[in-house]
Order: sequence, then C-alpha cells, then structure tokens
Amino acid sequence: MKVDLYEKIWMIAVSVMLTLFFSVIAYEAVAMGRMPPSHVETIDPRTVMSDPRFAPQGVRVGPDGAVNVHVVGLMFTWLPGEITLPAGRPVTFHITSIDVVHGYEIVRTNAQTMAIPGYVSQFTTTFDAGEYLVVCNEYCGIGHHTMFTKLHVVPADQWQAPMTGGTPVAPTEAPHVH
Amino acid sequence: MSTETRPFPQSRIILANLWVAILAFGVAAAMAMMQAISRANLEVPYRSARMYYMSVTAHGVLMALIFTTFFIMGLGYAVAQKEIGALRSPRLAWISWTTSMVGLVMAAIPIFMMKASVLYTFYPPLQAHPAFYIGITLVVVGSWGWATEMVLAWRESRRRNGDHPVSLAMHATTANAILWLFCTLGVAAEMLFMLIPWSLGWVATIDPLLARMLFWFTGHPLVYFWILPAYTLWYTVLPKEAGGKLFSDPLGRMVFTMFVVISTPVGLHHQFQDPGISAKYKLLHTLLTMVISFPSLMTAFTICASLEVAGRLRGGQGLFGWIRKLPWGDPAVASWLIAMLLFLVGGFGGAINAAYALNSVVHNTAWIQAHFHLTVGSAAALSFMGGMYWLVPKVSGRKLEAVPLARVQPWLWFLGMVLFSFSNHIAGLMGVPRRVYTTDFGGSAVAKSWQVLTTISALGGVVLFASAGLFVLVMLATLLGGQRGAQQPIEWAESLGGETTKVTTWDKLGLWFVVAAVIVVVAYGLPLYEHFQLVRYGSPGFKPF
Repeated sequence: MKVDLYEKIWMIAVSVMLTLFFSVIAYEAVAMGRMPPSHVETIDPRTVMSDPRFAPQGVRVGPDGAVNVHVVGLMFTWLPGEITLPAGRPVTFHITSIDVVHGYEIVRTNAQTMAIPGYVSQFTTTFDAGEYLVVCNEYCGIGHHTMFTKLHVVPADQWQAPMTGGTPVAPTEAPHVH
Repeated sequence: MSTETRPFPQSRIILANLWVAILAFGVAAAMAMMQAISRANLEVPYRSARMYYMSVTAHGVLMALIFTTFFIMGLGYAVAQKEIGALRSPRLAWISWTTSMVGLVMAAIPIFMMKASVLYTFYPPLQAHPAFYIGITLVVVGSWGWATEMVLAWRESRRRNGDHPVSLAMHATTANAILWLFCTLGVAAEMLFMLIPWSLGWVATIDPLLARMLFWFTGHPLVYFWILPAYTLWYTVLPKEAGGKLFSDPLGRMVFTMFVVISTPVGLHHQFQDPGISAKYKLLHTLLTMVISFPSLMTAFTICASLEVAGRLRGGQGLFGWIRKLPWGDPAVASWLIAMLLFLVGGFGGAINAAYALNSVVHNTAWIQAHFHLTVGSAAALSFMGGMYWLVPKVSGRKLEAVPLARVQPWLWFLGMVLFSFSNHIAGLMGVPRRVYTTDFGGSAVAKSWQVLTTISALGGVVLFASAGLFVLVMLATLLGGQRGAQQPIEWAESLGGETTKVTTWDKLGLWFVVAAVIVVVAYGLPLYEHFQLVRYGSPGFKPF
C-alpha cells in the first residue's frame, strides 16, 4: 500500500497521541490507584435489609477509625436519608440496590457508582466541608427524578461518630450537625 | 425502459426503507423537543413523568434503532445495486424489511401504551411487556437479512472482478454488515436467553449485570454501525460532490477493515461505574478503545485532505481560503460538512468518556446526552439527512423539492446542536443527571444553579425540532410531489492516486473477521469467566412506570 508522506506523518502523530493518552491512564491507575469503582462482591437482593452488611444502613466507624457508609437504593429513595460525615477523612461507601438498577451520584464530585441488585458497589472518597446533593443517575422508574438525598460534611473536629466499636446504632439516632 | 437499464433495478426496496427512516425520525424529533423543555422545569401540554419516560423510550428506540437502521439498509441496497445491478436475492431484502417492520409495530404498541417505559437501553430488572423485547429482536433479526444481502453482493462483485477489488463503498458497506452480524450476537443472546423468557414468566429471575454486559457487547459497536455509513458517504460521495477527489482509496479500505477487527471488544467502557467487573478488564477495554479511535483519526485526515483538494480545484487560495470555496449551498454537502464539524467536538468528548478514571466525572450525567447528540445525533443523523438529499432524487427519479428549506436545515441543526450540546456538556460537569423528568431536586440550591443551562438546552431542542421539521417537509415534498424524471446513477468519487486495481490484505474481510473473533474471545472471555465464578443472585422484574 502506497502511503503519502503527510499521511505517514499524521499516522505517527496520532499513534503517539493515543499511546500518550493510554500511558497516562495506565500510570494513574497502577501507580496512583485512580480507577473507576470496580469492587467485586455479590449479595442476595431479597435479604439485603437483614444482611449485616446493610442492616442497619448508615455511618459506621470501625475499630481502626475508618469511616464507612452503608447505603441501600430502592424505588425511589436512598437509605438512610441525610447523613453527616467528617471533612478531610477518607470515607468508604458500600452501596447496593434491592430492586432495579440505580446510580449513586454525589453531585459536583467524582464520587459515583452504579447500584445493581445482587452486587455490592464500593468507593472511597474524601470531602471538603459543605452540603452535597446526592441524586440517582440511572433511570429507575416513574419517580426517578424524586430519588435524591443530602450529605452534610462538617469539619472533622465537630463530627461525632454515630457508632463506636462496630456496634450498630440505628441511623435515626445519628447526630446531625447543621 | 426495461428494468435492467435503470440505475436502480429494485428502487422500491430502497425507498421502502428510507420512508420508515423519515417517518420514525419525524415522530422521534417531536418527542425530543418536549423532553428538552421538561428538563428545564418548564410546562408543556400533557407533561407528566409517565409521559416523559415513555417519550424518552420512544425517542431512543425510534432514533437510535429505527431511523438509523432503516436508513443504513436503504443506503446499503443502493450501494449494492450500483455495484452489481439487481440484488442477489430481492426476496431476502423484502423478508428483511417485513420482519423489521413487524418488529417495529410490535415494539411500538407497548411503548405508546406505557407498558415498556424501560428506555432504549432496557436494563433489567426493569421489565417491559414481552412484545417490546420480541419486537426489538425482530427488528435486529430483520437487519440480519440486509447484512446477508450485503455480503452476497460483495461476494458477487469479487467473483465478477477477479483480481480487481470491489468499490470502496461496497467494501465499507460490507465491513459494516459483518461488524453488525457479529456484534448483535450480544443483544440477541440477552433477548433470547434472558429478557424474553423472563418477561414471559418462564424464568423467575435474571442477572442484571450479565444482561448489561451482553447489551454493551452490542451497544458500543452499534455506534460504529451508525457512523460507518456516514464515513462511507464522506469517503465515497462527498469528495466528488464537493468538486474534488478522494485523497486516498487504499487508506479508506484499511480504515473500514480496522472497524471490523476491533469495534466490539470495547463495551466495558460503558460499564466503568458498574460493580462486579474487575478494574483490570475495564483497563483492557480502555486500551482497545484507544486503538479504535485510530481509524477515526485517519478519517479526519483523509476527508480534510480530500476537501482541501476540492476547495483548491475550485480556486481556493491560501491556508484556509479553500474552505470558503467549498459548495456550502448544496444541502447534502453542507449537511456533511456541518456533521463533521460537530463530530470533531463529539469525538474528543468520546475520548474523555473512555478515559477510565475521568469517566467518573461524566458518567450518566447530561454530558453523555450532549456527547452522543454530537456523534450519533449529528455526525450520523445529519450525514444521513444529507445522504437522503443526495440519494432520494437519484432513486425516486424525482427532483429535490423545497431546496431553500433544505439549504437552511443543516444550519438550523448546527445552531440547535450548539445550544443543546454545549449547555449539556457544561451541565453534566456540574452534575446534572441524564434522563430525568425535572432537574429541580426539591428546590436544592445546587439544582437552581443549573436552570440557565437547562433553559439553553430547551431552546436548542426547539431549534432542532424546527430543523427536523424542515427535513421531513423537504422529504415529503420530494417523495410525494417532486417533479418526475428518470433515475440518476450514483457516481463514486475518484481517488487522487488513481483507481485501486489490486486486491490487498485489507480487502480480505473474511480473514479479518476471524481476527476480530479471536480478539473478542479474549477481551470478553476473561471478564465473563470471572463473572461466572461468582455466587450470583437473580432479580425478579419490576414495572415502576
């Protein structure tokens, strides 16, 4: 195949560009752990509400001080409702659905994941103080646009862990700092 | 005049397909305007959430599946008849059309009766009426008849030409047909083994993640199925209509063959945010996605070079002077040029979507609808409209009517898309989710900051509807009332390097199909193997609409 000189230059240029694109992506993924949420774990969607991984839903602090949030999506709400989290500390979300596919999106951040029945999603993120809107970003039925809640993020020293030593406390008892 | 001497011995099968495309496009465009207005929290008659989600479903199915597929089939039959005269099996072509039509009606009834508001991605465990799934399946099965017809025409042309390759247009069309036959195996498996038995109640539960993997096995190559016919027009028609020559024919063959090889094993880049799929397989599909952008970047070069040849032959001077000399007043040429311009933005947006970690910022936000309205909604759809301005008069033997409207139409599309797409790209970065009936979220403060953007988007929707209306008017005027004459033959653009006279490796589509199959077995075999190792739980169906 006869290839024109300009074609050849262009071919090499775009190959270099694409190689560069992928190298940056791969480097960030491997060296810095910047990856999309890809947790592999399954759960029976019929027993989520009694499964210790999600009963009760809400904020739990492990013995090591790690902050975990356990969220269940269902038509058309996120459980628990509004929660309060500490700023500047890594927070790990564990999310599943008990009916259709939902999408947990913390607006104006890069924290989001699909919530698929039968599977547990997981991501870890760190917040600045403020109020965050959480929406459902996967169509889930007629009330899809009404499926939203809020996260209140307060400075870490004003935040009180709702649970200690891994003992579950009902999320309604979680203190809210406004 | 005997049928043998007409340029299109079987013009009716071409027109039958184009008619469906035009009408589906008109209905879907009307629904889209209401959706854009609703998302800006503005009232329109009969506005309700049920209506909205039904309409998003109808718009997606009619535009992305019906308008595109029927146009592509119509164009393919025209290409094949230019290549070999009468089709190898006119009966197969009509069986294909009838099957797809039956499927269309079967799917449309439950959609409009609000029994299938599952959107065109139909992710389970949302469960539509069985007729919806069976209907969509029949549309796809019908299109297999068309694809087979294309392969038969390609083989016939190869047989007649000996060592001489088929035309670039036939090569491109056949590449697309092979790609389509291969990639639709995913959605066919999802329909036949999962969704249809489940919606009929034969099985109680379904694995939603497996269904998504099978859907996107087809769902991403689907975008190449849409875009390759646009490329076909850009490579083989546009250079001539613009008054020039194609810069390189052999490179064009390589480009279309590359799409056969690597269009399919990239679907996981639609599932970056899904749980249950390991990051390493998502990264593998990211790599393959970068590779598949190579032929599109080559296309950008070849088409721009061809246009420069045309502009200079028309007396264009200087670095950019040739651009003004292009025949912008020709409705078909203007449609294609504007389609490319919008694709330039859409294509780079696509690279961002596919960029693995970056996807977390844009996934399922308004950014995505902004992106694919520049790609399928402009690069493909506007090219198809231009394709019809060019093709319909040739096949029907009727003069293009209402030409001034046809001249304005692509520019209105451009204006509408700039308003709609730019506002939604920004809105997506600000977190606006896609596919929502309203964007007020209980009067939330952050949602209030979106109002300006969603209003601009609604304005874009109105302009786009006006453009779509002009297109449909021009087509109806032409097909029903256009001045009658004789059919006109298609003439392909000549290549700057002269005619390609030798079959090369890139022409051996059968060989490349085997290579494609091997790559897919690896790229999908690994994540599917991982998937089947899991303890999986099924989901029953839900009908919240």
